[in-house]
Amino acid sequence: MRLFSSCSCGNHASQAEHQKNEERLVEDAVLRAVVRRDLLSLLGRSAALAAVAAFFPLGAAKEAFAQGAGKLEKQKLKVGFIPITCATPIIMAHPMGFYAKHGLDVEVVKTAGWAVIRDKTLNKEYDAAHMLSPMPLAITLGSGATPVPYTMPAVENINGQAITLAIRHKERRDPKTWKGFKFAVPFDYSMHNYLLRYYVAEHGLDPDRDIQIRAVPPAEMVANLRADNIDGFLAPDPVNQRAVYDGVGFIHVLSKEIWDGHPCCAFAASKEFVTTMPNTYHALLKSIIAAAAYARRFENRKEIAAAIAPANYLNQPVTVVEQVLTGTFADGLGNVRKVPDRIDFDPFPWHSFAVWILTQMKRWGQLKGEVDYQKVAREVFLATDATRLMAEVGLTPPKSTSKSFSVMGRAFDPMKPKEYVDSFAIKRA
Amino acid sequence: MRLRLLAGVLSLLFLAVLVGAWHLATLPKGAAAAADSEYAKLVGAQAAVGAKSAFPTPADLGRKLAEHVSDPFYDRGPNDKGIGVQLGYSVARVLLGFLLAALVAVPCGFLIGMSPLVYRALDPFIQVLKPISPLAWMPLALFTLKDSNVSAIFVIFICSIWPMLINTAFGVAAVRREWLNVASTLEVSPLRKALVVILPAAAPTIMTGMRISIGIAWLVIVAAEMLVGGTGIGYFVWNEWNNLSIANILSGILAIGLVGMLLDFLFSRLQRAVTYTE
Repeated sequence: MRLFSSCSCGNHASQAEHQKNEERLVEDAVLRAVVRRDLLSLLGRSAALAAVAAFFPLGAAKEAFAQGAGKLEKQKLKVGFIPITCATPIIMAHPMGFYAKHGLDVEVVKTAGWAVIRDKTLNKEYDAAHMLSPMPLAITLGSGATPVPYTMPAVENINGQAITLAIRHKERRDPKTWKGFKFAVPFDYSMHNYLLRYYVAEHGLDPDRDIQIRAVPPAEMVANLRADNIDGFLAPDPVNQRAVYDGVGFIHVLSKEIWDGHPCCAFAASKEFVTTMPNTYHALLKSIIAAAAYARRFENRKEIAAAIAPANYLNQPVTVVEQVLTGTFADGLGNVRKVPDRIDFDPFPWHSFAVWILTQMKRWGQLKGEVDYQKVAREVFLATDATRLMAEVGLTPPKSTSKSFSVMGRAFDPMKPKEYVDSFAIKRA
Repeated sequence: MRLRLLAGVLSLLFLAVLVGAWHLATLPKGAAAAADSEYAKLVGAQAAVGAKSAFPTPADLGRKLAEHVSDPFYDRGPNDKGIGVQLGYSVARVLLGFLLAALVAVPCGFLIGMSPLVYRALDPFIQVLKPISPLAWMPLALFTLKDSNVSAIFVIFICSIWPMLINTAFGVAAVRREWLNVASTLEVSPLRKALVVILPAAAPTIMTGMRISIGIAWLVIVAAEMLVGGTGIGYFVWNEWNNLSIANILSGILAIGLVGMLLDFLFSRLQRAVTYTE
């Protein structure tokens, strides 16, 4: 695999070249620190180095630098994940060696559902975990959990979800005809819940009164759709594609058609982990951001699909995962659609994403009272770390941490969250 | 002897009828109009002809079973282990939870059985706690014990404790008065009385309680593991549910049945060993 021939920062042709470059950087830094410039030009680089090496432990300095910011506090880690394609960077970093390259021995553990992953992470059985991006916000605010300061240093994926309906509803494509439908979403605190509510509300249905929304773990959704227990779901992939593969459902809309570029899942860790083990946290975050950067490149998608489909990870037929990642997929109605950005991977945790999520939590009554939107967003979505590490792995981080976007044509200004909540006709707040 | 043979033949006949009916019911239906080949390649064989994916045939299950039996102990990472390894995890959890429960239930049962006062005082607690589904304890256990593995063992503990406790108390209370009177006349120490007179007398009833408990524990572990995941046969079934692989789920179900039968057999043997005739 060409992965192993390139270097850990992605800027050099090989690891050897990367190391040589790094060593040279350290040498220069030391020289600059201890030798006067005029002396340096007088002596020449190598002579000066030899002189410095006599009293400065240059070898140790180089080694310390190669290990990143410092020594890893903990090398063996457990990271929990839910078997869905959103977790691609977290999962693929294991079989494709991203963790190992950053000196970590990570065990990625498949987990049954979001409530379990939350409890196992709060219990410290897991050092960090794959979560839905609203979860760290909810945990921090103590909504549906004991309040524990939580952080979300990286988004996993953008887009990549869909509304799937049972095949018997082939003719009922207009949401206005969905009164009485039973829908499943993976969790109450999920983008899926907020996007589905948003979508039906924009079509004039009240998500609490006109339809029923229940939380069902992704793994159980297709089985429930097949049994006619539910009429449809807004679910992460590969669940949607699997419903098509098994002939029980069809893809009504992709989530990118609701909000192009929306965040979905996230890499999350407790504030305690981030502050007590800074080096481990950085190595872990860097592995995941590097994996996301690799997954971002379209030409790598087939290779990734083959790496994460086996029973140890997603446990799905390769073709299902491949259709999700490549965006060339069967829609369940007999058409082959080509949507290359059906799912994409962009680790940057925009503060404005957090603000939008908080507005929806407020809108549907999950949050009571006053919310300091900007402050919570800043504390939970760690954009500074992501900016630095994205640059280190060769991605271009954005200059600002906030951006405006529009969801189904309705513009969102992250500086005016309160007005945004008030502007909706259907709301609980 | 003749009866046994006949019963065996009849059992095989039942099995043959069952598998035959299953085979006929899952025969592939005549193919409808197939979708175009590009689309067909992207979906399952059934979806390509406009149907839902089908229930596996007996032959599918046979192939899967052969696969599992030929390599039951493989280990391809934390989330993919052979069916034998998974069963091992489940049995270990059940035995551990069960033993802990026995350590608590038998002495407590003795105490309750020997003292009518304690019996009356604890009865309301037992009556309320007994009918609670062990899985209802799971969220509470996860929250307080802060470890999913310990929680699973706790759930086994809590579900196997009641039958043992009640049966022990009942067995101890039902020891014949004459025997106790004889022991008193001979001025046997209370400890000796408990071990030499009451325990053997109550043993069959206690063993019955244990047999019921282990049965319940085995039922519960599958559900508990489906809930928390990680390892065990329950996780195996859940993971294959995730993959909608009915053939694998059926293999898991069969394995659960066989191990359950073995456990029950083991305890029926123990029960026979302590049974006495007056």
